[in-house]
Amino acid sequence: MSEDKRNPTLVNQPRRRLLQVVGATGAASALGMPSVSFGQASTRTVKIGMIQPMTGMFAYNGAQGMVGAKMAADEINAAGGIRSMGGAKIELVIGDSQSKPEAAVSEVDKLSEQGISCFVGGYASGLALTATQASARNKVPFLVDGAVSDQITGRGLYGVFRLCPGFKQITDVALQNLSNINDANGKQVKTVALVFEDGAFGSGMAKTLAGELPKRGFEVVESIGFPTPTRDFTNIGLKLKSSKPDLIIPSCYLNEYVLLARSIHQNKVPKKAIYSVIGGGASNMKFVREFNAAAQGIMDCNHWIDPRKQRSQRLVSALDAAKLDLTYEVLLNYSNVLLAIDAIEKAGSGDREKINQALLSSTFDGHVMPYGPTKFVNGQNEGARPINTQIQGMKVEVVYPPEYATAKMIFPVPLG
Amino acid sequence: MFDIGLLTAVTLNGLTVGAIYALGALGLTLIYGVLHIINFAHGSTLMMALYACFFLHQRAGVDPYTALLIVPPAFFVLGYAMQRYLIAPLGFGKDINVLLVTLGISIILDNLALYLWTSNTRNIDIPQAQVFIELGMISLALPKVIGVVASIVVGLLFWLLMTQTDLGKAIRAVARERRGARIVGISVDHIFAMSFGIGSACIAVAACLLIPTYYVTPKVGDGFVLIAFTTVVLGGMGSFIGALVGGLFLGVIEAWSGLWLGESLGQIGVFIIFILVLLFKPNGLFGQRNT
Amino acid sequence: MTNMKRQTQVMLVLILALVLIPLFVSSKFWMGFWVMLLFHALIGQSWNILGGYGGQTSYGHAVFFGTGAYVTAVMQTHFGLNAWAGAGVAIGAGALVGLFIGALSFRYGLRGSYFALVTLAFAEVFRVIVNAWDFTGSGFGMLLALKPGVAHMQFADRQWFYYLILVLAIMATGVAMWLESSRFGAHLVAIRENEDAAKALGINAFRVKLKAIVISAALAATAGVFYMQYYLFVDSHIGYGPSMSISALLVPLIGGPGTVLGPFIGALSLGVLSEITKHTMGDSPGANLMAYGVLLLVVLRFLPNGLMGLFRGRS
Repeated sequence: MSEDKRNPTLVNQPRRRLLQVVGATGAASALGMPSVSFGQASTRTVKIGMIQPMTGMFAYNGAQGMVGAKMAADEINAAGGIRSMGGAKIELVIGDSQSKPEAAVSEVDKLSEQGISCFVGGYASGLALTATQASARNKVPFLVDGAVSDQITGRGLYGVFRLCPGFKQITDVALQNLSNINDANGKQVKTVALVFEDGAFGSGMAKTLAGELPKRGFEVVESIGFPTPTRDFTNIGLKLKSSKPDLIIPSCYLNEYVLLARSIHQNKVPKKAIYSVIGGGASNMKFVREFNAAAQGIMDCNHWIDPRKQRSQRLVSALDAAKLDLTYEVLLNYSNVLLAIDAIEKAGSGDREKINQALLSSTFDGHVMPYGPTKFVNGQNEGARPINTQIQGMKVEVVYPPEYATAKMIFPVPLG
Repeated sequence: MFDIGLLTAVTLNGLTVGAIYALGALGLTLIYGVLHIINFAHGSTLMMALYACFFLHQRAGVDPYTALLIVPPAFFVLGYAMQRYLIAPLGFGKDINVLLVTLGISIILDNLALYLWTSNTRNIDIPQAQVFIELGMISLALPKVIGVVASIVVGLLFWLLMTQTDLGKAIRAVARERRGARIVGISVDHIFAMSFGIGSACIAVAACLLIPTYYVTPKVGDGFVLIAFTTVVLGGMGSFIGALVGGLFLGVIEAWSGLWLGESLGQIGVFIIFILVLLFKPNGLFGQRNT
Repeated sequence: MTNMKRQTQVMLVLILALVLIPLFVSSKFWMGFWVMLLFHALIGQSWNILGGYGGQTSYGHAVFFGTGAYVTAVMQTHFGLNAWAGAGVAIGAGALVGLFIGALSFRYGLRGSYFALVTLAFAEVFRVIVNAWDFTGSGFGMLLALKPGVAHMQFADRQWFYYLILVLAIMATGVAMWLESSRFGAHLVAIRENEDAAKALGINAFRVKLKAIVISAALAATAGVFYMQYYLFVDSHIGYGPSMSISALLVPLIGGPGTVLGPFIGALSLGVLSEITKHTMGDSPGANLMAYGVLLLVVLRFLPNGLMGLFRGRS
């Protein structure tokens, strides 16, 4: 099988083959495959690009986000689509960011060339930061869901909007609410333990809280960071038992939240309450259902629905009927897609700049969040804030601020 | 610095965690010792076994301890087939290729699980998980104590298998001297597959014991791979006592470094030990001297 | 010698083709595709130096990559260094890490799987440390301010990023070519084939391997610097996590370890494969990555020497 005995031109094959492959790919990319749709929006559909992590570390969160997004799109389409465009339908196009910034950027670029009118998504701060850089370069508006880093808005980038609160807003409100609640209940809570996941959101939360809590008269006795994933929370439970804080503040993702709560419960850690800030599990029906004993009384200051709005109640019933869990990704994406649709409606077209303008002057109140009408300053919705929920029995009730409350708060929570 | 009560409690807990590491390592040290391959798919196998236990419980009401009679044997068969009909033919016996094959398998398994079962976290709640054994400051969930007992039992069974049976002798022969074993008439391919099968069964046992106190997602195996390898190297490649002792030791080290440095930074405790062992005592605590 | 000449010819044609690509590509998405392709070729080539030519398989190449990314970010953010100066420091830092790990591992005779695992362990140690340390951004990671301009090594037009990575990839490939024709390279390959025999022939294995790992590390750190300038963001998972380590070894192993063009072919195939599977199965989560894994196994089954085996006409 030596080259000599074979076809004498074999000698030239390697070079040719290599060039062929390179040439073919070059041609494909020059032609712009996958095909670019002409114009930014046909009269029939307006496309919204969903940059969600459908695979990788955040696959669950991405899937939940799409649940909310689809519900919003379906709802509007069923009601006749975009009226100002003669009934044009909304089409959601998924761009899987694979929980990696490179893929997020790549999908933003790809979808930008496929006639997307605007983007919704991001989810994690790292993904949102890089995706919005790309969307800004392509001059496409991007509505960020969930990612809380304060650096996402305020970079002066084109078209970046965030409906929900960022870090600073969340921690300010959470702390203020805590102070108010504590003051109203005889100031029984004096010592606090922070338990947080060591990624972007957890450590940021802990840092801010550690700095602000003493200013409000609380003493931080313990600050425990842990990696995601963590197999075993017994040691953390033991440390907490040993330092006996009045209040435990967890900031972590769902899986770890469940294990942590179980560990606290199992080890009978004496505490007056668990008050999570963006707690992951604390506002999650799955947690309530599956670990009800450990979940009782847990409070969360998180993204949640405005229970007074009819639309919120319809959303909750719809999720119940479909046997899907109500998590904040659902709420935020539902609201963001509705916001995008409102902007499209006002713009009267799928034109990106018109949508951007519509968002800049938006006063949308058709979302399900407790924010009031939107007002974006440097991309951040001013009225955004988290609210306090508490698990009571088999339900997640809103307990603070009073105007939104669906049940009376139990504070402190008796050890049970 | 830390009160004794806390330290004891944490150490005890570390031992229960280490017991699971030991089980994972037993299987891996067998695979590594005999086939000399770094099995990247070990974590994915654990994940699959966890799902098996989960579905058995959810669909058929089988609790994880009964599942011990079903899942490990099933995974033995799967492991045997995987080595004999997938890894060996694709690996061509070259280490680099085998690495890629196990890597490819783990990519396939992880994403198959994602595709079939979504990324939703699965939990099971069994009555045993609500039973606690109080030991001073700590209250250990019963499943954890069962885990410790089980690993010792499995370790013992392993030892019996390796020393008292013909299969065990054949495995040790192949591990020592592949060519010689072949000359003597041992089917090396069969032994490789048997070893892989036993190793897989072992990790399946670990899964049954782990599920009451943990959760299942498609990514759950990722965290275990490096710990499992550290245990194998620490204990000594090919040594089962080593795997047991190594696992327990590592569980305690992990607990102590978590206590001392915080859970986050404390992760390096395990890795630093790993590096030190590799550099200064690559045969591990109980490994055979290099020929 | 004719082999060398032919190889140089192929290289020149390839370079010409790559240089011309921006003239034909107007889509931002596809420009991004080519940038990432060359990026993977670069990091693949860095691994190739140590693992392909040297036979020292590292499973933790991210330890060098991440150092490049983080150090340049820290230099620019905390010390106000200019991007190019920061890059220089970062590449030096990467080389130092290579020196450290190499000296430690080779001094104590770590080979094969042991060496592979120790690199993995080091990558994990670095990952945990940068994630816990405020100076390196702890859980947030490091974000570079957007400042387009040559002085900041950031380009508004993606084309210029493309040319930058092209130059870097060619440089790395030049190193590989040098290995193929130099005595150092011959020694390295001899060590790969049989270290003990090489030592018996008088080769100072320790020194040769150490040199190789330092070069490899510097190149990987260069890739890290590029990544940082291109995406302006890095965190502990991206920088030191298993994902980049796996990419670094997959590319040359699929393409053809120990060959000059292997990393290019590997990067091209994996890039194309990735796009095809995303395009055909993008909607079901996991299905496309699963297909990717299956295709990987298929390639392994039929092309054990990597894709370069096709071109060489060897079995």
